Amino acid sequence: MPTVSMTVNGQPAAGEVEGRTLLVEFLREHLGLTGTHVGCDTSQCGACVVHVDGKSVKSCTLLAVQAVGTEVTTIEGLATNGTLHPVQAAFKEHHGLQCGFCTPGMVMSAVDLLSQNASPSEPEIREWLEGNICRCTGYHNIVKAIDAAAQAMKG
Amino acid sequence: MYNFNYYRPLSLEEAAQVLSAASDGKLMSGGMTLIPTLKQRLANPSDLVDLSEIADLSGIEAKGDTVVIGATTTHAEVADSEVVKSQIPALAALAESIGDPQVRNRGTIGGSIANNDPAADYPAGLLGLGATIKTDRRQIPADDFFTGMFETALEEGEIVTAVSVPIPKKAAYAKFPNPASRYAIVGVMVAQGPAGTRVAVTGAGPGVFRVAKMETALEKNFSANAIEGISVPAKGLNADMHASADYRAHLVGVMARRAVTAAG
Amino acid sequence: MPDSGTNTGIGASVRRKEDFRFLTGKGKYTDDLNRPGQAHAYFLLSPHARAKINGIDTNAAKQAPGVVDVFTAADLAADGVSGPICGWVVTQKNGEPHKSPAVSALASDRVNYVGEQVAIVVAETLAQAKDAAELIEVNYQPQPALIKMKDALANGAAQLHDDVPGNLCFDWEIGDKAATDAAFKKAHHVTKIDIHNNRLIPNAIEPRAAIGDYDSGMDMMTLYTTSQNPHVARLVLAAFMGLGPENKLRVVAPDVGGGFGSKIYVYRDEIVTLWAAKKLGRPVKWTAERSASFLTDAHGRDHDTHAELAVDKDGTFLGLRVSTLANVGAHNQIFSTATPSYLYGCLLAGQYRTPAVYGEVKTVFTNTAPVDAYRGAGRPEATFVVERLVEKTAKEMGIDRAELRRRNFIPPDQFPYQSPCLVQYDSGDFPHLLDRAMEVIDYAGFSARKQASAERGKLRGIGLSCWIEACGLAPSAVVGFLGGGVGQWESANIKFNPTGSVTLYTGSHSHGQGHETVFAQIISEHLGVPVESVEVVHGDTAVVPFGMGTYGSRSGPVGGGAVYKAAQKIVEKGRKIAAHLLEASVEDIEYAGGTYSVAGTDRTKTMAEIAFAAYVPHNYPLDVLEPGLDETAFFDPMNFTFPSGAYFAEVEVDPDTGVVTVLDMVGIDDVGTVMNPMIVAGQLHGGFAQGIGQALYEQCVYDENGQLLTGSLMDYCMPRADHFPSFRTEETNQPCPHNPLGVKGCGEAGAIGSPVAMLNAVIDAIGVNIDMPATPEKVWRALQSQAQAAE
Repeated sequence: MPTVSMTVNGQPAAGEVEGRTLLVEFLREHLGLTGTHVGCDTSQCGACVVHVDGKSVKSCTLLAVQAVGTEVTTIEGLATNGTLHPVQAAFKEHHGLQCGFCTPGMVMSAVDLLSQNASPSEPEIREWLEGNICRCTGYHNIVKAIDAAAQAMKG
Repeated sequence: MYNFNYYRPLSLEEAAQVLSAASDGKLMSGGMTLIPTLKQRLANPSDLVDLSEIADLSGIEAKGDTVVIGATTTHAEVADSEVVKSQIPALAALAESIGDPQVRNRGTIGGSIANNDPAADYPAGLLGLGATIKTDRRQIPADDFFTGMFETALEEGEIVTAVSVPIPKKAAYAKFPNPASRYAIVGVMVAQGPAGTRVAVTGAGPGVFRVAKMETALEKNFSANAIEGISVPAKGLNADMHASADYRAHLVGVMARRAVTAAG
Repeated sequence: MPDSGTNTGIGASVRRKEDFRFLTGKGKYTDDLNRPGQAHAYFLLSPHARAKINGIDTNAAKQAPGVVDVFTAADLAADGVSGPICGWVVTQKNGEPHKSPAVSALASDRVNYVGEQVAIVVAETLAQAKDAAELIEVNYQPQPALIKMKDALANGAAQLHDDVPGNLCFDWEIGDKAATDAAFKKAHHVTKIDIHNNRLIPNAIEPRAAIGDYDSGMDMMTLYTTSQNPHVARLVLAAFMGLGPENKLRVVAPDVGGGFGSKIYVYRDEIVTLWAAKKLGRPVKWTAERSASFLTDAHGRDHDTHAELAVDKDGTFLGLRVSTLANVGAHNQIFSTATPSYLYGCLLAGQYRTPAVYGEVKTVFTNTAPVDAYRGAGRPEATFVVERLVEKTAKEMGIDRAELRRRNFIPPDQFPYQSPCLVQYDSGDFPHLLDRAMEVIDYAGFSARKQASAERGKLRGIGLSCWIEACGLAPSAVVGFLGGGVGQWESANIKFNPTGSVTLYTGSHSHGQGHETVFAQIISEHLGVPVESVEVVHGDTAVVPFGMGTYGSRSGPVGGGAVYKAAQKIVEKGRKIAAHLLEASVEDIEYAGGTYSVAGTDRTKTMAEIAFAAYVPHNYPLDVLEPGLDETAFFDPMNFTFPSGAYFAEVEVDPDTGVVTVLDMVGIDDVGTVMNPMIVAGQLHGGFAQGIGQALYEQCVYDENGQLLTGSLMDYCMPRADHFPSFRTEETNQPCPHNPLGVKGCGEAGAIGSPVAMLNAVIDAIGVNIDMPATPEKVWRALQSQAQAAE
């Protein structure tokens, strides 16, 4: 079985996997990072979004072997010393989550958006979220939270 | 997913070698179509050959009156490229309309066209712009490349290395997405430039196709009005629960006119 | 957003206590859990909608690498384990109970829908289990499938179940047929509609999952599962499925990623996973893939209805007649008989004084997945019928849609109001809701907006729905009278800790609703303990008192009522302790906001001091009072709660493509006392999204052979962020008179009132009646047919 190694949330991570092992399986089952969720099997729902080399990707549609040598950031790596990232804090402040299952992917996706576009308009936020499905919130407060996070991050 | 051997060669030669040695090898670039297919156990390759680390295959460059895009260049890179946005904004917009941001961060132009999904966007883009597909063996005009549903002119083991897109005078892409999958129910690229006046349609039929009557009309008068009365026959077009053949035929006209208007 | 300020009691938008773990990836959903030595399960699902099974050969699969074992129906039957049950007996027109065919734990001699579980493979890894499942040889003898209700009901149709003639589950009626017929005889105008309420797939983003675990030393089985109601699951597994006794079974529903009804039921995969764990003596884990969820989760809605409204010449409603066919799918489940009967028929009067109502419902078995309660459960279907009819009547009679409704509203001074459909509405002010909704949407300005759209080549439409629903599922007596098999109270146990903090154990279950915050607010309000000092525990039958769980918008009115009642018991016990400590008589002890005082003095004891004394009873009246500050309450209200609302939707249609763009969605809701405005608004937003999803995007489609065409998110259109504008919600407050908090349920309201408002808006825009979902092609075709008719 291939051995894979990569950096996950700033720490070296390695393990023996099958060729067919998905990155999300490696994260959840080998590293115990269960914050990244699997909500579908057709790359639509976005519950599994993580960052690979700073870009948001769907970890259910990436083999662990494809991520060898990359820097992976998961939801567990976003807060620093117990202080929420501004996007996480805004989701809490604006009730941008209910059941919490889509939330890790939603937050990781939003962080990527704000890294590319510091002041997205409401339509830009809504379009960006094409790859993230939420069944609870109707997106209303997610959009508000991302907008508020953008304001907060501009300081 | 069935298991397979995985290779990530660093050169085209190595890729070709690994592929030819495999009993049923398959090339992979971003994997945005292949991995979901494997997850559904709809394919069972013995070996996957990942092209993503081959340095020469990625990148965007203006070369004379063309823009050359490496095969493993992602949709996001095409959409964000200053070269593409300034020279062929229609192609940047097309790339921006594919899938979702995460798919665009992984999916590649080479993978898209080699797969030639009848609802993919790039086939309409490249055919409409009159691009040339470069492989490790030859150059293939888009007109000859897309041969049918999931079929291309690529031979066994032939690897797409880049596409060369002539810079048009004007062009635009109009897409009517499937509301669930975001693939094109109908997508129309309209362009006028060195490759002539072209109208290329994806999503509507079993493969990308051109609409000669519209091209002739636009040749004379590049305006939405010029193609107002021109329809494509519904016969032979795709039909599913999202859109009947009649509706697709209608949408080809609507999207073509919108693309012409947007192209200006 | 309202500022929570320092107030953490009822009415404050307290930010959620549960959010930190969800936002940092530390939530613990079932699939996040792992038991030492666990094996992995995969279910082989039927590829046929209807087939005889002539044999199953599992030998090759059992020999495959990593396989622990493979089981089929015979193995479960040998252990006396059976399948899903129906929890509600509906009495038919002829006085007989509905037909409820027995269901085995795995398909035995036949399959009745694509996706029906046929065998379980348990292996060391999931991949190995899936590899082995391909080696199972099932000898199927396919038979023509019955997918459409009318085909299943046709004379001479084949039967899905030997003991269900004609595939008819029940033929049921409600209301007064004679009075309704008489009303139609004197009608000036009769409006008629034939409508389809589209079938939906719930699609909670967390797929269902289960882990079975067996402790042989304790002879204790534990099921970790994605359930909205762990105690109900335990009761059903023990009493009906042969996996008891109850005291040797623990069900844990940890963090659950959305339910919407689909996680009420006890499914075959949960039963079999638990059984397999005991059989094999090691933990077994199973998680649905989304494609399996599409096939096996209970679906929702799927009604065909003919309805007629009899109207006087001034627009007064005289009578309503409704005839519905409802699809129950291949077999019954817990609420699959209640949903299209009482939860539907009891709401057919809507917000109106219509004196005579008669409804009849036939439910039909078909070769499709089981259909059961999905967010709103029967009430969106009733609202759809009533509000389409009313809207169409307004158009046919040339009366303004709002004015026609206003003429027929039950006046605010008529509550409680006995509906002709069994139920008694508790409170409401329908004219006020409509007035406010008209203000917010700027109803008067609509024609100018329509004109502006027309100038841009777009068709603009506005749609209204004025709806009422019955929720807060309880009271036990009524539920029992109507055929329900269980009680519908709720429990709460407040345990003060010696240092003054509180642990609350609730029988409700949160899967997104925010109980950990809202129930803490009730404690804060009534016991003076800050929210951060209250821990809310739910979801584990080994820990919380027996509870009925969360569905039917019952957590606030019923679960919250239990918390309130337990808090009052705490106050009363504390009063006695305070009397002792303050050396006063109990009658002289006053209580307010967490502090006891002796009337007319400045002598006080805080709740924390009382708690300490209760647990460190060094100076304590042991002769008259037990130590400890720990009270349990069960709350069973006297009636359902009846939230109501007025919703407006505004849309624009692109006539070239038929695409509908949602421009505005306004909801004015009466959900009684609002305990946390932020959370209530969130519930309404989510309901709107599901309702608009039904109106415009979502539909479950089977082909004629029973293959699910919408079997993935590639084809089933889940609403996304760019489908919607920001929503506008406001709550008015007509407190519910029969629960102590005055709350009415708010979890389903948005999904009940919004679909028909949205469809009414589309129909207003295009001028042609169409069914949901109003997909681009359907809208475009309607416009084409209208244009042809005009030529």
